Parts: sequence; structure tokens; C-alpha cells
Amino acid sequence: MNAPLFKFGLFGDETSLVVAFVIGIAFGFFLERAGFGSARKLSAQFYLTDMAVFKVMFTAIVTAMIGLFYLSWAGFVDLSLVYLTPTFLWPQILGGLLLGFGFVIGGYCPGTSVVAVSTGRIDALIYGGGLLAGIFVFGEAYPAIEGFVNSSDMGQLTIPQLFHLPYGLVLFAVVLMALGGFVGATAVEKILARKASES
Amino acid sequence: MESATGRGPAPYMNPYLAGLGLGLVLLASFVVMGRGLGASGAFSSVVALGVDAVAPAHAQANEFYQGYLDRGAGHPLKSYLVFQVLGVLAGGFLSGALARRVKRTVERGPRIGVGPRLLLAFTGGALMGIGAKLARGCTSGQALSGGAVLNVGSWAFMLMIFAGGYALAYFVRRQWT
Repeated sequence: MNAPLFKFGLFGDETSLVVAFVIGIAFGFFLERAGFGSARKLSAQFYLTDMAVFKVMFTAIVTAMIGLFYLSWAGFVDLSLVYLTPTFLWPQILGGLLLGFGFVIGGYCPGTSVVAVSTGRIDALIYGGGLLAGIFVFGEAYPAIEGFVNSSDMGQLTIPQLFHLPYGLVLFAVVLMALGGFVGATAVEKILARKASES
Repeated sequence: MESATGRGPAPYMNPYLAGLGLGLVLLASFVVMGRGLGASGAFSSVVALGVDAVAPAHAQANEFYQGYLDRGAGHPLKSYLVFQVLGVLAGGFLSGALARRVKRTVERGPRIGVGPRLLLAFTGGALMGIGAKLARGCTSGQALSGGAVLNVGSWAFMLMIFAGGYALAYFVRRQWT
């Protein structure tokens, strides 16, 4: 058991910033490769004509999930040291809804907007300005809404823990769901492409 | 699309292949750092620093800003996510340049002007800024990273993103289709 490397003191805070930069490069590279520097490509997810957002996102989730599971099973990674953002259910449900609204209105999410800026998209730059403005509004409102932001605190909680199910079983269910989703998404894309070519 | 003067932009990568690459990056982040990917936190650092520069006493009194300003002796911008986002900027440009996709343009559908599109971009960004702070993360930090470690809040959050997007898609269709 010697990973996560940072948690086992293999390198310090200063080096972690270099690591952050390098991981960021790879992250941005694949986001752009996928076409996520384009708001039209991203927003097509919500009109069902191009479901790359779903496909890329769930392939990434499944890949990292299975990889982490096996590395933990092999005794290489201590899963308990991998950070879990605590669950605050209601703020996260409302936050997700606002993000969904913002996604289809703005055309980007925060990470993809950075990629879009790097490839010259002016609308992504303006989106970034909106993002800063929204965070400022949240910051100013924070003293008033603090109670809600910190409500329904469930702590660090995973789906297997919540439903008392084996980790591997939930993992298997997620994989099946993703595969089903991929087949369904491709079928819908084909139907809509046929409709578009007929009209 | 071939242009008269040279080769046009390269086609995008197969989504499953790009997803595999992204998943391996996320896995590497978990293994090396013990944390996932993130983006919105970097924007929060910028906002907190801005407020601190203009009204230091006001920023000192606000717990939210303080969370991004307390970096021990270090500068608030010397934060993990700020460096990650700078990397995303570099990586995105690298991929875009290699594929001839770097172009100064405004992304919009055929039925909307530049002005209204930019207004909507700003509005969407603002909604996301509020949403991401409420949810303690965005598509990267919550949905993607938390999704892979089967985090309860992340999955609830992710389902709501899709629900919100589909619920509103009809009303902004003129922007995209």
C-alpha cells in the first residue's frame, strides 16, 4: 500500500503544484480532443443530436472507477485516503439544477470553458466573466445562505455505504448502466440524423 | 472540411477513446494526489483575491472568501486548482493547435446574433458560478471525479445537471439549432 503517492509523503506541496499543472495539461488535452472546446458540440447533448458529452463522461467515470477498484484490490491504493467531497444533499441537488440550466444557456461548464478560451472562443471568455460574477454573488450572499449551504450534511458517503451493498456490485451496475446508455444514445443519434436528412 | 488554402480542422476523437484518455488522467490524479480533477475552485480563488484587494475588511469577515485566502504563508493563487486550470489552458491549446482548431470565433447556432449569444454566455456562466459553489464543485470536481468514486452527492448532482439541461433546452433552442 503506497498510493496515493502525495498522501504517503512522496513529494511536498510545492511539487504538488507542478503535478497539478501536468495533470491539467492532460485533462485539457483530452477535453479538446473530444470536441469539448465547442459550445455547439457540448449543447448538442441536450438536443440529442450528438451525445458525446454523455459518452465521454461515462467512459471516463467507468475507466477511473474500475482502475481505482483494481488498484485498491491489488493493495496498491488505499481508497480511504482518496478524497471524497462530503455530501450536502439539498444544496448539491439545487446546485446541479442550476448547473444544468447554466450549461444549456451558456454552452459550457467551467472546465470546458477554459479549453474553449484556449482555442479562441470569445463566448467562452464572456462565459468565464459570468462565472466570476456568479461566484461573487454567491460569496456576497454567503452569510445569508450559509445555513442552507451547510444543510443536509451526510458526511463523506458512497453509494455502496448508503445502500449497504458491496462496492463491486455497485460498480458492476454502473458499468451496465453506462453500456446501456451508450447503446441507447447511439440509437437516438441515428434516428435524429435520419429525420434531419429526410426533412 | 477542406478549405481552399489548406487543410481544415481535424475531426474530433472518437468519444469512447477520448473518454478512456480522460478516465486514465482522472485515475492518475487519484493515484498520485489522492484527489480528482477540478476547475471551478480556481475561479473562486480569483474572486476571493479580487474582493480582498478592493475591500480587505469585507473579505476578512466572510467565511467563504477566507476559505480561498487562507493559504498559510503562501499567495492565494498558489493553489492546486489554479495550477490545474493553467494546465488545462495549455493542454487545450496544444490539442487545438495540433488539430488546427484554434480560431477566434463565437460559438452559436444559425439563428442567433453575436450580441444575444454573448449575453446568454454570461448568464449561463453566472448561473453555473452560483450552482457550482452551492454544490461544492462543478462538472469536473463533482460529477466526473465524485462519480468515479461513487460519491452519493456527486451522483445526485450529476443527475440534476442532465435534468436541468433537458428541462431548459426547449426554451433556448434558437441559440443552438
